Amino acid sequence: MTTLEIRNLQVSVETDDTAKEILRGVDLTINSGETHAIMGPNGSGKSTLAYAIAGHPKYTVTGGEVLLDGEDVLAMGVDERARAGLFLAMQYPVEVPGVTVSNFLRTAKTAVDGEAPKLRTWVKDVRGAMEALRMDASFAERNVNEGFSGGEKKRHEILQLELLQPRIAILDETDSGLDVDALKVVSEGVNRVKENTGLGVMLITHYTRILRYIQPDYVHVFVGGRVAESGGRDLADRLEEEGYDRFLTAGV
Amino acid sequence: MSLLIDDTTTHQDPQAQLGGDHRIPDQSRAARHRSFDVETFAVPTGREEEWRFTPVDRLGGVLTDEPTQDREGDPAADYEVRAPAGVTVGTLAPGEAPRGTVLVPEDRGAAVASRNTTEALHLSVPADLELAEPVRVQVEGRGAGRRSNAHYVLEAGRHSRALVVLDHTGAADHTGNLEVIVGDGAELTVVSLQRWDDGAVHLAQHEALVGRDATYKHIAVSLGGSIVRMNSNVRYAGPGGDATLLGVYFADAGQHLEHRSFVDHNAPRCTSLVTYKGALQGQTARTVWVGDVLIRQEAQGIETYELNRNLVLTDGARADSVPNLEIETGDIAGAGHASSTGRFDDEQLFYLMSRGIDEANARRLVVRGFFADIIAKIGVPEVVDRLMEAIDAELQLTMVSQPTETEG
Ligand SMILES: Nc1ncnc2c1ncn2[C@@H]1O[C@H](COP(=O)(O)OP(=O)(O)O)[C@@H](O)[C@H]1O
Ligand SMILES: [Mg+2]
Repeated sequence: MTTLEIRNLQVSVETDDTAKEILRGVDLTINSGETHAIMGPNGSGKSTLAYAIAGHPKYTVTGGEVLLDGEDVLAMGVDERARAGLFLAMQYPVEVPGVTVSNFLRTAKTAVDGEAPKLRTWVKDVRGAMEALRMDASFAERNVNEGFSGGEKKRHEILQLELLQPRIAILDETDSGLDVDALKVVSEGVNRVKENTGLGVMLITHYTRILRYIQPDYVHVFVGGRVAESGGRDLADRLEEEGYDRFLTAGV
Repeated sequence: MSLLIDDTTTHQDPQAQLGGDHRIPDQSRAARHRSFDVETFAVPTGREEEWRFTPVDRLGGVLTDEPTQDREGDPAADYEVRAPAGVTVGTLAPGEAPRGTVLVPEDRGAAVASRNTTEALHLSVPADLELAEPVRVQVEGRGAGRRSNAHYVLEAGRHSRALVVLDHTGAADHTGNLEVIVGDGAELTVVSLQRWDDGAVHLAQHEALVGRDATYKHIAVSLGGSIVRMNSNVRYAGPGGDATLLGVYFADAGQHLEHRSFVDHNAPRCTSLVTYKGALQGQTARTVWVGDVLIRQEAQGIETYELNRNLVLTDGARADSVPNLEIETGDIAGAGHASSTGRFDDEQLFYLMSRGIDEANARRLVVRGFFADIIAKIGVPEVVDRLMEAIDAELQLTMVSQPTETEG
């Protein structure tokens, strides 16, 4: 059982020479096996929350804490956070020219486990995970995210989720830019990992569409850099009908 | 939201005569002064077009018209030639053919090297012989600042196949000419490794004449030395020739690594591919690439492409990249070029590290990835291995000098 605790998290981003405050005290606790949907309008700070937890150098934490089973995540380097069991599926995955997917996956797996995976089972695991995500075998020899379509990038993120087996995953708009078929494949992937490993999920999304395929236990409305309201599945249904207007006019 | 600062100018134009961002030189490359007479080349001031990137004030004695500073039992540079059975090893006096038939000096460095080499090393691979082992010429400079002149003549007979590795270590003020004759249908690869110590200065003109249907590959690998300035030039003796000029360089603080290439498309239906890639790190690390291609009127149906990419790993380093394309015929299969200089992309580092990979390994992956395509083109295992080791060793330096910024 793992717990990710975010307490009163405040984050600003460097722009030119001023620091812009974006997260204004976020409180959220995610346990193993739970799925928390974070829903909010564009620009509300959802990606900032994801990047700050992952340790992106562009985001400065100005207050609050993030704990993983009581350990201070903010004191860890980016790579240490991943090795501690955190995973971020990025909204815009980065191209790494000249580095093949297979080399990248093996290097990441070795880093996360602290030892190289057994070659035979590893090859089988990679092939199986790729087949489940309907990815062609030739994918392994392509360079990381280079020339990938939007859908291929998202599948590749979920492929990593399946293989690296983190304890808590943050999925930042994994649904955006996917057609219905790809959305189903990717959602099945997430559900598979949840079932097999008891993964805790922070599912960041702009739309309710993905919630048809991945059942949230909790829904949080994210507006103006903080959680404006929390509830169950029904909150998502209300958002579907009413949109975010109610929260925006309420003022920040 | 990218942290990448990339002043990329990438451009590809199959019908290059339609324009593009390449420079059209004021004077045709063909009109460059060439002579064996040292006096006709003034000592450069740095204002000349061909010398404008070079720190001429740091060249030391390398342009002085002086014999090699050998002392009794203590040569300025040690030479070791290892040639497999069948290869003829001899010497050629100035003016003794084929010496001087292909290489005419194009700058003062090449002219002093030519004048001051009384016995040029002559390596000849007989026709039809396919060598299983490389020919090796090991040059070891025996003291920074000591003048050393060299001229090598390399002949690959018709339909022969050979790999020649010219390896430079140690330090000297070295001028080295390489004159290459690739016979009809021959397949020749020349590797020039610049693994000099810090104090070395090295000027070079490597000039090749590529025979009918012959294949020539020239690979320059420059890692060491204070200043390296290498010209790799090609022209063709008949139609159907194929030339590949490759270069890999890694400059640290205080190093100036300059590579110039000139493909003179003077025959029909030939091809050329020029690819140079380099990384730079540290204050005042400097690299220059100037790629000249001339497509003459008679060069119908040729195809050429040149590419230079530079990866700047730290602040204070600077890469210049200048493609020059002159086209005198409309009847070509293709001509294109691309050139770019980009900063090390911190987003790539973040992406890899967010998967648990530590910073040293993440950097190594990114930099190795940058070189991956050219390393695949080199295709000579011993060179590839050396290069990989050297890149890893260079990155070790960055890690020591640059405390990690991504933590905390
Ligand atoms: N790297 C950045 N540089 C400058 N501004 C940023 C950066 N990242 C986010 N912001 C700003 O922070 C706010 C929140 O952005 P973001 O976290 O991406 O929101 P969301 O993911 O909810 O759409 C926006 O106003 C955005 O412009
Ligand atoms: Mg976002």
